[in-house]
Amino acid sequence: MEDMETTPELIEEHGITEDEYQRIVELLGREPNLVELGIFSVMWSEHCSYKSSRLHLGKFPTEGERVIQGPGENAGVVDIGDGLCVVFKIESHNHPSFIEPYQGAATGVGGILRDIFTMGARPIALLDSLRFGSPDQKKTSYLLKGVVSGIADYGNCVGIPTVGGELYFHPSYNGNCLVNVMALGIAKKESIFRALAEGVGNPVIYVGSPTGRDGIHGATMASDVFGEGGEERRPTVQVGDPFTEKLLLEACLEAFGTGCVVGVQDMGAAGLTSSSSEMAARANSGIEIDVEKVPRREEGMTPYEVMLSESQERMLFVARKGGEERLLEIFRKWDLNAAIIGRVIEEQVMRIKEGDKVVAEIPVGALTEDAPRYRRPSRRPTWQDDLNRLDTDGIPLPQDYARVLERLLSSLNIASGEWIYTQYDHMVRTNTVVLPGGDAAVLRIKGTQKAVALTVDCNPRYCYLDPYRGGLIAVFEAARNLTVSGATPIGLTDCLNFGSPEREEVMWQFEKAIEGMRDACCRLGVPVVSGNVSFYNETGGVSVYPTPVVGMVGLIEDVERCMTPWFKKDGDMVALLGWHAEEFGGSEYLSVEHGLERGMPELDVDRELRVQEACRQCIMDGIINAAHDTSEGGLAVALAEMCFGPERTFGVRIGLRKRDIRADALLFGEAQSRILVSFSPENGEKVAEVAEKRGVNLDVLGTVGGERFVVDGLMDVEVERLRSLWKGGLEGFIEGGKVKDV
Amino acid sequence: MKFGVVVFPGSNCDHDCHHVLKNVLSKDVTYIWHKTTAVDDDVDCLILPGGFSYGDYLRTGAIARFSPVMAEVEQFAKKGKYVMGICNGFQILCEAGLLPGVLMMNNSLKFICKNVHIRVENIHTPFTSKCRKGEVLKMPIAHKDGNYFVDESTLKRLEDNGQVLFRYSTPDGDVSSKANPNGSVANIAGVVNAEGNVMGMMPHPERVCEPILGGTDGLGIFTSIVEFLG
Amino acid sequence: MRFNVYVTLKRGVLDPQGKAVMDALHSLHFGEVRDVRVGKFIELNLDGLPEQEARARVEKMCQELLANPVIEEFRIEEVRA
Repeated sequence: MEDMETTPELIEEHGITEDEYQRIVELLGREPNLVELGIFSVMWSEHCSYKSSRLHLGKFPTEGERVIQGPGENAGVVDIGDGLCVVFKIESHNHPSFIEPYQGAATGVGGILRDIFTMGARPIALLDSLRFGSPDQKKTSYLLKGVVSGIADYGNCVGIPTVGGELYFHPSYNGNCLVNVMALGIAKKESIFRALAEGVGNPVIYVGSPTGRDGIHGATMASDVFGEGGEERRPTVQVGDPFTEKLLLEACLEAFGTGCVVGVQDMGAAGLTSSSSEMAARANSGIEIDVEKVPRREEGMTPYEVMLSESQERMLFVARKGGEERLLEIFRKWDLNAAIIGRVIEEQVMRIKEGDKVVAEIPVGALTEDAPRYRRPSRRPTWQDDLNRLDTDGIPLPQDYARVLERLLSSLNIASGEWIYTQYDHMVRTNTVVLPGGDAAVLRIKGTQKAVALTVDCNPRYCYLDPYRGGLIAVFEAARNLTVSGATPIGLTDCLNFGSPEREEVMWQFEKAIEGMRDACCRLGVPVVSGNVSFYNETGGVSVYPTPVVGMVGLIEDVERCMTPWFKKDGDMVALLGWHAEEFGGSEYLSVEHGLERGMPELDVDRELRVQEACRQCIMDGIINAAHDTSEGGLAVALAEMCFGPERTFGVRIGLRKRDIRADALLFGEAQSRILVSFSPENGEKVAEVAEKRGVNLDVLGTVGGERFVVDGLMDVEVERLRSLWKGGLEGFIEGGKVKDV
Repeated sequence: MKFGVVVFPGSNCDHDCHHVLKNVLSKDVTYIWHKTTAVDDDVDCLILPGGFSYGDYLRTGAIARFSPVMAEVEQFAKKGKYVMGICNGFQILCEAGLLPGVLMMNNSLKFICKNVHIRVENIHTPFTSKCRKGEVLKMPIAHKDGNYFVDESTLKRLEDNGQVLFRYSTPDGDVSSKANPNGSVANIAGVVNAEGNVMGMMPHPERVCEPILGGTDGLGIFTSIVEFLG
Repeated sequence: MRFNVYVTLKRGVLDPQGKAVMDALHSLHFGEVRDVRVGKFIELNLDGLPEQEARARVEKMCQELLANPVIEEFRIEEVRA
């Protein structure tokens, strides 16, 4: 098969352009054979090469005092003191999940976990960021159910708690759901491993599931726009085996303790091809592999198939010479297939043999640093100006404010995610201090007084209305989620989900979103340490809304001082840290009540930073009892969520005396940089002092207590009623198959 | 006194049980590998932890029960030593015939992870002696197959012998179908064998043994056996 | 009219359950087992349709619900009383 002639049809089938093919011929000094063509096609795919994004990703700040490993490895590593570090990354599995939601999501979890434990870290948490199409599409609930059970079955079985996440519905995802999964692990600082094929003569060991024909061309699929018949590209779906993953996890961590491991990488997208060539590239070495030695599940596999297979739960180790037997013994103990399949060589080539016969030989650099880079043309969409115009005078005030609140609380982008997170084991490993449902998940670090807070966040509507400010807000809102939990942000990972980079408008959105995120990261002093780009989220010419998902990690020095959003005591005061504004552009209210997606909230970076500092100070001083970020649904929704404690429900009564601002903007507008807090009356002065010192407006709104949710003169409704609407919104949709109208 | 936590391939609450015994209760505890064919004589109590042994493939616990260590567990129990099975451990003990009944799929057909309440039904066992009669404990469940089933005559025997240890209840201790999270017969959340030395339960006491995790209601179960072995 | 439907993973698709069962059988000294595939067995009882139409309907049920055509294949067997 490798002797087949590379016809123009074959080249096109491999997703390689004419120019790219010429470049391959130049780099090789000859025509590639079929195996080589296959290898180039996956390594030069958007998914593996980042050819359209790399130039822009360089804008992110990636360094900082705490950074031990920035982008470019399997995952980023950040120092948390006490000789420990956190290892984390987020990754997309969008295309596979749309084709087969259960397996697509499950294998997404498997892949990101392997990225963490290949670094020498034990994974301790998973988060998922999910986006689906319009609820009235028949396919939406099918996809949602499949994705959730795929994540649940995989994560639960491996025993890594899924501690948080987000869920968002919008018609722009009708033809492309987004499934982004973030994982975080913990490791000792001195035992971080990297994906390096170092030391000429060192043996290369394959470990994990045997290789089958799964997912051949998965990496190129992820870089392809779905045609209308996209669902027919099915045979490439991989099946995950969480049980083998668990064995692999334990075996790897045991192997790392032996001192016999030089480097290791997961065989993810593009399997054996990418892991071997990338490990060699990082170490400026070469690698030789004999495909005959690769453990196989199926008979009659060609070198092409073995090299391109994306069978799951496989790892590639480079062992210290002489240490291989020790490693093989550990893999046998865990009942895993393992074999020595090659060695590190001096010549910087990837040489693939089948027995004695060389079936492919490519300079390592040709697959990595010499892969194409594109500065794709970009252009501001013509419709952008119109999107940002919002004529507020044309928007009528609501007749019944309570009804608006009820509708928002039961709407799917705001309703409780309980139906989802009760299917995830979110407590295994006994670290979860703040359970799902809060602003951020909080996990204690055993053996220390510390905790880490984790969140994933992005409001794609903002990013569509204004990609720059949307990117900026995504980062600041993630930071706000951590801040209200009492944490200081220390690192960020991003998953940039966009349409086709070959569209100028998409490229413009991509560039602007990155600039917004970069500016926010710089001002916050938070480095980007890992990430992933997913382009081509587009079907039938319709792109998803730009969705740069931010995964952020924060550090809490004293776990006893972590904060939750729920009211704690009747009689406590409720106050807003921040400023009211007459603003409802881009809000959920505008979309749910008025069917409009226009305008855009402002964000004043100085104010944002001051509000977050003031909140963290109040938490550190121990003078507040609850803190909650106001986001989708504005102040009223945030206040209601504070009433819905996991142990009991609280009532609240507030007054809003800002006569110069429209009541609907006050209640449901999504002005940024606002945090609601509650505190006992005797701490009122102290809170005011902190706010004043930081130059932050503090508006005391009212008092916790009773059984009703009261906004003087605007609404008065039973809290239990609000709670049941909020709790039942998502479940009603999934189990009943339709959106309930309040 | 020494505890042993059995590690099957796919166990994932082994570290959590070990942590409670070692770091919270400062007891001597060791891991026991599933391929072991000899459990040390100084071990007094074995814990079969939660997880997905052998991926829960075929049936929960069905493959694990043939692990070499299970012959040892059987001998261990026959000698009158103590065995606790939590979640997947309970499922394995049932498959192995060391406890009566089976754990079927939850009636919701879904994995459920949430805090529930269980009422202590019998305090005259080594696993519950530190609890109060009728005490309601709050602790999480995390399983897809926790729907306990026995036939009517076995159920009667269990009830008559006081072998029902825990039942799902409301926070006030009301054993009602509303408080039953998974469809278990007679709301049963945990049982003990007729000899009183082998117990199994679906909820996870090891997850609620420290205040920072939101509760300490699981401690009573561990301190009961600790004091008993004392 | 009764139909038995057998749903299994397609040849070539990894069957983690089958593999775990095979390993367990090997360790129980059934070393002769070369491959195990685990699937589902579904019994359908139908009323009031001529045989050919019934079979076509069952086929449709398999495609739409009983099997996941992305990774599974199915076999239909008519059971005669």
